Amino acid sequence: MIRVRDLNVTFGRGRGAMHAVQGVSFDVGAGEIFGIVGESGSGKSTVLNALCGLNRRWSGTVTIDGETQSPQRSRAFHKKVQMVFQDPYGSLHPRHTVDRILSEPVAIHSLGKTEARVLQALEEVGLGPAFRFRYPHQLSGGQRQRVAVARALILEPRILLLDEPTSALDVSVQAEVLNLLTGLQGRRNLTYILVSHNLAVVAHMCRRIAVMNRGIIVEELSVETLREQSPEHPYTRQLLSASRGYDRAAAANIEEFETNTMEKKGHTPEVDA
Amino acid sequence: MDALLDVRNLRVTFKTPKETVQAVRGVSFTMGREKLGIVGESGSGKSVTCRALLGLIRPPGRIAADHLRFDGLDLLKIDSRQMRHIRGRRIAMVMQDPKYSLNPVMTVGAQIAEAYRIHARASRSIARRKTLEMLEAVRIRHPEQVYDAYPHQVSGGMGQRIMIAMMLIPDPDLLIADEPTSALDVTVQLQLLAIMDDLVQERGMGLVFISHDLNLVASFCDRIIIMYAGRIMEICNAADLQQARHPYTRGLLDCLPRMDTPPGKLPVLRRDPSWEEGAP
Repeated sequence: MIRVRDLNVTFGRGRGAMHAVQGVSFDVGAGEIFGIVGESGSGKSTVLNALCGLNRRWSGTVTIDGETQSPQRSRAFHKKVQMVFQDPYGSLHPRHTVDRILSEPVAIHSLGKTEARVLQALEEVGLGPAFRFRYPHQLSGGQRQRVAVARALILEPRILLLDEPTSALDVSVQAEVLNLLTGLQGRRNLTYILVSHNLAVVAHMCRRIAVMNRGIIVEELSVETLREQSPEHPYTRQLLSASRGYDRAAAANIEEFETNTMEKKGHTPEVDA
Repeated sequence: MDALLDVRNLRVTFKTPKETVQAVRGVSFTMGREKLGIVGESGSGKSVTCRALLGLIRPPGRIAADHLRFDGLDLLKIDSRQMRHIRGRRIAMVMQDPKYSLNPVMTVGAQIAEAYRIHARASRSIARRKTLEMLEAVRIRHPEQVYDAYPHQVSGGMGQRIMIAMMLIPDPDLLIADEPTSALDVTVQLQLLAIMDDLVQERGMGLVFISHDLNLVASFCDRIIIMYAGRIMEICNAADLQQARHPYTRGLLDCLPRMDTPPGKLPVLRRDPSWEEGAP
């Protein structure tokens, strides 16, 4: 369904250039949930932004559903591929009602039958018609993220790109949103790419997982390997041990994993131990 | 255990034109020089509880309590001048995001030195020396360089180390850390906790650690307070968290995705209205 080969993204140019994604390749099958984990700055969100067409400055080959993508995307592409962002407080227009938020994509794609579609989308994310004329500030964080999922689903896409969809939410709400995403995936046979810093979330949702560090996929592994806590790469092992909770000994053994292809480390006195 | 902090029936209310919000509703606990975790979801009143301890609740917020004793002194009965002597010098607070807590137009070193000079009335050169020592204590490798850096030039993890250095330089008895590592990567978080752990132990301070991450708190703290809707649901030893009995605590634990269980539908927290009513 999704085939990425040698994806590179560079921000800036010249000496200040930041090579954020360096030669990333992976495949995602139809109906699969593929996970990308990494810490901040690892390039995981940058990969998603390049895939969905938000960032047009990349190089490499991206094939989605058999079509090789150019930086400029067609309307049909966006009907097929939708994105859900991290922060439901920032990704919904504060002065638009839920109805308007959901109707806009329908109007852009001239799909017609707006009202029926809006009601169906609300139903599908478990909100119901009562929420139709509310503003985002009248909703809780979990309800807002449901609206964001409904907005992505209303175009009946086949691929959802999820960028940290639950990291701004309380754990109880996170469970609800993850259940919603799992259920939708099963019902509609959607393909997901889930980006997260939370290993447990990714292990819960995905069968295959790519671990990114400083713009490179250091390891691609199956969820079984992750569950057995037996990844190959030392970076993944460190990430695993760090997410197990506080351990004085583990904290003492944390190393920086550098990549020799880093072009520039930044001009600031970065002296983190 | 001598009580460093003794809170009895703390209530914090915010009166708005529409309604009166009871953010904290009768919270009581005592703590010694230990690591105490406060866990709860957003809106459970955990941050407001700690702000109340520092007298940081502004009108229309109101604090009431039977007593709010810190080292034998009732914080509700002292005037604002006395409170200023306690705030910072004896009770310090580290907040979530260093980006908003540091002054963006002052160098890091000058800010830490200022914190020291306000409380210790030391000369500039002594303050500078103390600051560099403190930066070293939070394991910043080139303290001289960082001293002259501005907050925007440092990473999130380092910003939080700087905050800790600034808070610890007056040598307080109690450190309140409000989600100090939530904005950071797990590895950075671990290193930061190790720094706090060591400093708290070396200096014999008490630490109140607020977090929404149950498992992290269980592995880091000695005791845990679990809050919901402005009340304490349960206080338990961190080691016994997995055996917690309160349905809310159980619900929070169960709805976490785990590495060691097969995927499936996650149990969803069922909120019981009686949790808001009945005191434990």
